[in-house]
Amino acid sequence: MTETMAFVVDMLVHATPLVITGLAVALAFRAGVWNIGADGQFIAGATAAAWVGVSAPAGIGWLALIIALIAGVVAGAIWAAIAAWLRSRFGVLEVISTIMLNFIATYGASFLVRGPLQEPTHVYPQTSGIVSGAHMPILLDGTRLHWGFVIAVALAVIAWWVMKYSATGFRVRASGVNPFAARSAGLIDVSRVTAFAFVASGAIAGMAGAIEVSGVTFALYENISPGYGYTAIAVALLAGLNPLGVIGTGILFGALETAAGAMQRNIGIPSTTASVIEAIVILAVIAIAQLRADRVTTSA
Amino acid sequence: MIDGTSAFLEGVVRTATPLAFAALGETVTERSGIINIGLEGSIIAGALGAVVGAGYGGVWAGFAFAAVCGCAVAAIFALFAVTLRADQIISGTAVTLLALGGTGTLYRILYGSAGAALNTPTLDPMPIPLLSRTPVVGRALFVQPSITYVLYVLVPVVMWWTYRTHAGLGLRAIGENPAAAIAAGIRAKKVQFLAVLFGGLLGGISGGTLVLAQAGTFVEGMSAGRGFIAIAIVVLGRWNPLGAALAALLFGAASALQFFFQATGSNLPYQLFLAFPYVLTLVALAATHGRTNSPAALGRQDFEQS
Repeated sequence: MTETMAFVVDMLVHATPLVITGLAVALAFRAGVWNIGADGQFIAGATAAAWVGVSAPAGIGWLALIIALIAGVVAGAIWAAIAAWLRSRFGVLEVISTIMLNFIATYGASFLVRGPLQEPTHVYPQTSGIVSGAHMPILLDGTRLHWGFVIAVALAVIAWWVMKYSATGFRVRASGVNPFAARSAGLIDVSRVTAFAFVASGAIAGMAGAIEVSGVTFALYENISPGYGYTAIAVALLAGLNPLGVIGTGILFGALETAAGAMQRNIGIPSTTASVIEAIVILAVIAIAQLRADRVTTSA
Repeated sequence: MIDGTSAFLEGVVRTATPLAFAALGETVTERSGIINIGLEGSIIAGALGAVVGAGYGGVWAGFAFAAVCGCAVAAIFALFAVTLRADQIISGTAVTLLALGGTGTLYRILYGSAGAALNTPTLDPMPIPLLSRTPVVGRALFVQPSITYVLYVLVPVVMWWTYRTHAGLGLRAIGENPAAAIAAGIRAKKVQFLAVLFGGLLGGISGGTLVLAQAGTFVEGMSAGRGFIAIAIVVLGRWNPLGAALAALLFGAASALQFFFQATGSNLPYQLFLAFPYVLTLVALAATHGRTNSPAALGRQDFEQS
């Protein structure tokens, strides 16, 4: 394998969780939900998938993978539903609640891999390896690139179609753009639509966690997410919250993280530089959008 | 048992101090109608600034530099959220990301890639004569590092300023009814910018306290969500400076439980205690539902510009 090829494979492997979590964030933001909790939902999904993957009997074969993915989706949805419920029932700002849930998920996973789910020798803070039936098939023989990347792209295309052409997509967009108008029009139950978008967003982020466990790590570790949920915000915003755009920006950030890792190994540039670049991207995007909006209003 | 209680209460005040600084600043910021989700960024920048400053000129230089760094991060947020009127939630999230990544990067550049533990001088507890002998709470309240006493003075001063001065009235007017405030000749953007800077300044001191009164060193990500907890504390304290200080004590208690149970040799998993303050934040926010009096224009970006 050439060096370029190795970089491309690494980039796409890195891009997979970013595309999916970016999609989750974009969907929520579109509906006017500030889901900063994709990280916690990712961890919840990864935890559920690992639990299924470890405890599944070897005899069921690839069914283990399907059940693990479903478990990840459900766990992510539940983790988001807590914040959605706190918002609709108690008016708790989801920006705060989802971040709190991120920390709770992190410590929860830490507890599990050092307690009930720890590998039998009790040496490492991680679970045992998942059964081979729960492994995601490899896309490109001889590499780490797995089918999760294809799933990510397919999810993005489906989300794009739903948002653009379906009635559900219209309701989600209308609720996000102007909740008051959507409500007054009488056709849209805004709180139901936003709750739906919130939970769907969590389900997608949970799936990202399940795919990471079944395709890359094959076990649950303490820091299973190096902050994917936060990078996802940059991925979604740079894509202009467009699901198709998320494929491109996810790959771009996958490249950035791969390069950051390589730079740290080779020339000692800290890998934390990647999040600095991500933050600058977000700020640049909002500055450009804002300046453009100002020009429109002043020229009108 | 008396010793145990006393040590626990001391721990409560100690862990509450950085939260109270951050929440006090954010209270002023939010009173102007701006919610600064980037507060976490000011805290972590303050923590790194404290290490750098203390390395040059001792503890108080550390605090001064922490405040400057917290302010600088808040200025970036204000540039976007106030000057450009960009979305406050997105701007704040980006600023947090920038500061968490930036401090990690700078720390490794300044002190080596391994991030070798770098120890700074810390403030010793300074007993206040007589008061420290008050039964039960004497040690907890009056045998603390001197930065805690700064807080005791600051809370009533901010309280007085917010409710009893002309400038404080202007600040609250913008948060409640920006259109009317602007019509009355208040320069909304300028006041909001300054309110954000003040919040960043105290956020920086909050981070400085973590380093210079507690840990004695910098660790990447050591702010550990305190900025977000502080924002919840502002809600709990009902946008009132004294309320914020009291709510911070509640959270100090939640965190200090951890040490208390460790000391008593309990075998409950420690992650439970680490997660407890975050769970408490959620419960507390839900419990105060409907009983808050938030500034009416909080988080809005769509009003007439001055």
